[in-house]
Amino acid sequence: MTDLSLAKPPRSEKSAAATLLSMLWRDKLAFVSAIVLLLIILCAMLGPSLLGELASHQNLRGRNSPPFDLAKGWAFVLGGDSLGRPMLARLIVAARSTMLVAAGAVAFALFVGATLGLVAGYLGKNTSQVIMRLADVIMSFPSLLLAVVVLYVLGPSIPNMILVLAITRIPIYLRTTRAEVLEVRERMFVQAAIVMGASHWRIIARHVLPVVTPTLVTIATLDFAFVMLAESSLSFLGIGIQPPDITWGLMVSQGRPYLSNAWWLALWPGVCIVITTLALNLLSNWMRIALDPAQRWRLEARSTSDE
Amino acid sequence: MFKLIGQRAIASLLSLLGLMVLVFFLSRLTGDPAVLFLPIDATEEMKANFRALHGLDAPLLEQFARYVLDLLQFDFGESLRKARPAIDVVMEAYAWTLPLALITLSLVIVAAIVLGSLAAFNVGGFFDRLVSIVSLIGASAPDFWIAIVAIVIFAINLGWLPTSGVGTPLHWVLPVAVLFIRPFGLIVQVVRGSMLSALSAAYVKTARAKGVKNLPIIFVHTLRNAMLPVITVIGDQAAAMLNGAVIVETIFGFPGIGKLMIDSILQRDFNVVLAAIMVTAIAIFIMNILIDIAYGVLDPRIRN
Amino acid sequence: MSNALLEVHNLSVDFHTARGTVHAVRHVSWSVNRGETLAILGESGSGKSVSANAVMNILDRPPAQIVSGEIFYDGQDLLKVSYETHRALNGKKIAMIFQDPLSHLNPVYTVGWQIVEMMTAHGRPADAARARALELIARVGIPDPEAALHKYPHQFSGGQRQRLMIAMALMLKPDILIADEPTTALDVTIQAEVLALLKELQAETGMGLVLITHDLGVVAEIADRVVVMSKGEIVEAGTPRGVYHNAQHPYTRQLIGAAPGKGEIRVLDSAEPVLLETRKLCKTYGKFTALHDVSLTLHRGQSLAVVGESGSGKSTLARAILRLEKADSGEALWKGRDLIAMKPGELLGVRREIQMVFQDPTQSLNPRMSVYQLISEGWDIHRLMPDRAARQAKVAALLEQVGLAPEHAQRYPHQFSGGQRQRIAIARALALEPELIICDEAVSALDVSIQAQVIALLDDLRKRLGISFLFIAHDLGVVRDFADTVIVMKSGEIVERGPTGDIFAAPQHPYTQRLLAANLDPDPDIQAQRRSAGMGP
Repeated sequence: MTDLSLAKPPRSEKSAAATLLSMLWRDKLAFVSAIVLLLIILCAMLGPSLLGELASHQNLRGRNSPPFDLAKGWAFVLGGDSLGRPMLARLIVAARSTMLVAAGAVAFALFVGATLGLVAGYLGKNTSQVIMRLADVIMSFPSLLLAVVVLYVLGPSIPNMILVLAITRIPIYLRTTRAEVLEVRERMFVQAAIVMGASHWRIIARHVLPVVTPTLVTIATLDFAFVMLAESSLSFLGIGIQPPDITWGLMVSQGRPYLSNAWWLALWPGVCIVITTLALNLLSNWMRIALDPAQRWRLEARSTSDE
Repeated sequence: MFKLIGQRAIASLLSLLGLMVLVFFLSRLTGDPAVLFLPIDATEEMKANFRALHGLDAPLLEQFARYVLDLLQFDFGESLRKARPAIDVVMEAYAWTLPLALITLSLVIVAAIVLGSLAAFNVGGFFDRLVSIVSLIGASAPDFWIAIVAIVIFAINLGWLPTSGVGTPLHWVLPVAVLFIRPFGLIVQVVRGSMLSALSAAYVKTARAKGVKNLPIIFVHTLRNAMLPVITVIGDQAAAMLNGAVIVETIFGFPGIGKLMIDSILQRDFNVVLAAIMVTAIAIFIMNILIDIAYGVLDPRIRN
Repeated sequence: MSNALLEVHNLSVDFHTARGTVHAVRHVSWSVNRGETLAILGESGSGKSVSANAVMNILDRPPAQIVSGEIFYDGQDLLKVSYETHRALNGKKIAMIFQDPLSHLNPVYTVGWQIVEMMTAHGRPADAARARALELIARVGIPDPEAALHKYPHQFSGGQRQRLMIAMALMLKPDILIADEPTTALDVTIQAEVLALLKELQAETGMGLVLITHDLGVVAEIADRVVVMSKGEIVEAGTPRGVYHNAQHPYTRQLIGAAPGKGEIRVLDSAEPVLLETRKLCKTYGKFTALHDVSLTLHRGQSLAVVGESGSGKSTLARAILRLEKADSGEALWKGRDLIAMKPGELLGVRREIQMVFQDPTQSLNPRMSVYQLISEGWDIHRLMPDRAARQAKVAALLEQVGLAPEHAQRYPHQFSGGQRQRIAIARALALEPELIICDEAVSALDVSIQAQVIALLDDLRKRLGISFLFIAHDLGVVRDFADTVIVMKSGEIVERGPTGDIFAAPQHPYTQRLLAANLDPDPDIQAQRRSAGMGP
């Protein structure tokens, strides 16, 4: 009821990116999460070329060497594994495959799911029904199990992992996109555009996509964490990534036999997974508010009252 | 309401059919089924016998028809490992998974609803922050890792609980506890979010203006309205548990469907895998109908 | 402290929002006694509901903070008593009903349960509560009370839901009933019935009534005293007659002046050619008939109003003409060519000539587009005005034409007030230089004073640019001020049509007569005359 719109200050001249950055700075948890994720991405991109040698170099004297002992060099600060390879270097190298599988699967699922969702939301009832039933088939089956069965038949490898995980996640994007498209289509501003004579393409590009994209990006962030956990589980079970490729999940699995005498082998990769997932969750929570024009004032406003 | 459930049931049956087709073609078209079905060290002669026995030299469509007929009669063949009908092996494992899933799920639902609702009512307060942080960490931690850490702490170091196996009630503590964490984290977040928006609804204002006390406002007026999105997530999580907690069962040596499935896959006991997939799918199908009924019970607007 | 039963004294409430502190109400004082009706009149944002919410202790705190003041009920200050004491008074001594009964009733419980709860929440036995509920449901005029107990809110009509809310509020025979815009969401004929019911019940129980409204007509019909609020302050207080005829504060005078239905009635010059003609348009949704054989003609330069209550099919008519909805049968001829049978290519050309202004500009303007983008979108679609400088000049000119400033072009819709947003929507419609503008309840979401300005703007455009209007509305006052011809619709059919003067002076169809009778006049004297003449429903 209260009409406060006139009291609002005029929009500042800052660009959209700068506004987003300043909103990120306001939410300290999300800001830290973003920095952590940036670091992990850097490790994933640069790690293998800088530390690949070190991570695969076996050093029998360093077998199962305990952490926090700098005598064997900085790389052994988190201890050594059962073959005497430095844990820290291996964790950094493992970041690449872990990130690659998750990013690949999410990007693939996002692209296919969003496209099918737009089609299903925009086209006639029959096309939509076929696509939705297809999504139901995938959804009605637990994703981990589906992945297990498919990997069993196709054989485990990084591309197959990406494919399998992507297929299990497509319905999420498909349903979200379709639901949003159906909802946005009925909004008054889309009706207004139709009355002006706007084509389907124009309505999708100018009116539907800008509304749907933030939701999808938010879900993708959260989903990245989910896919990473799924990949870790599969690798842990021995039907995911196979050595010599290495991911955090596989490292936990490799450390399992040494639980009683070298707990750090399984602990550190698990910590890496938890930190990454936590950061993604926090960032996704922030995005849900920051990318939603109806809620964004919560973050924007705090910045004005602080100044 | 019944029309809606009927529609969903048909969709689920179609899904089941699609799954059957998928498994069939994956097993026939991606290589020699004899290689998939038989143990890895099988001889050429065994493979030839196998093909003849299962009619694998017949035309593909005929094979498919027989495959479907067999499935409809719940005839999945023998388990290669146990030399018993595969369906019996699967049902035995299910008798372990079902109570595990039910116990854990009941605990999760009660805890998540109570804590999530109270957090939403105290939004921004200490309790809310605590619940938010705990649930976020719970939802972020991989269960295999928690299981390992729990074994190290409670079984190896403290020696309070057994590491694995079944037999005493104590054997159930760690599997249930580990299985509890992730679904709890996820559902608490949904309960809290859903309750937050429901608490700002107009009918809550009416209830306050009527002089209704806080507890009934939260747990009678608001909660039932907030339950619809929660039910959806509970359904997803229940489906994951019915599928057998693959990881938890493997680590704790719990003889449920998840462990059976992984063992069968690793030892190429394909008939058992097939039977397990179908039984799980049917269990999930039944659960989806229960979820639909729950929607109708909670919200009269869905009923007609 | 006077000896009124309920007295709000010197109340100030701040809202601590993220954008800074807003003084929602400042130094507000009013009181009400048994058997008396006080109206709190104000437009949106005036803070008219805040003090009542403070009385009920249902302000959300934070963000609200009570800065100063007292609220005396029966001698005790409600702002000082414990939460529990206040809770026990709510519903029992002071009850409240709200604007939108659908959202204010809990959708997942039966109305019987909710009405009974009013008594059980205050420790009364359930069987006594049930008996009282049955009695009251019958009293407020719901057919078959026994069956109604077991139904859910969505199974009733809007008017019935408000009656049930009233029944619920009266369960414990409260001393005071606060009604916050109780009839705003209802059709005029239903509004008249609900107001009449409230008056009867007040006479029976002797309760005090606090009625919060934006509508001068409601004040004229029901209030003994009125306070007028603007920007959080009471600017005027007195009897409805005194305030209406003898307003002191400029805001009150402006509000009374803006009340629609007082202007000169327009006459159509019918020499102009026919622009739009519909022939036997039909549309059904399942069993519901939205349009049945609707035929009308609209001449160039005409402003044709379509009047009706909710469910009359008036909006469907607009949507069918614009092909937002596919008509089942019939024709809509635009300059002789049938819009409904038109191919997409041909239709695109016509889309330029017919524009629409929607009810709620908050929703009809894409929040992610700047005003410049919004206004120039039509040129993009129709590939007009490729020159950027020319576009900017034209956007500036259009903004000035609708009473905004050229520098507003770079702003976004959320930075404007409701009335300003509707001006932007009108500028967007004008950008394509249309021959016909269809207004679907284009002013009904706006405050009365803004409404009058927008109507004046549309009228000016009609005169200067020769644009025709198809004006869909439920508010008879607005229609009387703007249209030269009126069509009255009911249940998908046209029941009466004619020049505005004739319809208002001598309505022929009983439905039109009822509609006009139910329409409240802002002048208390006229309302009093109507009541005594027995014209009220």
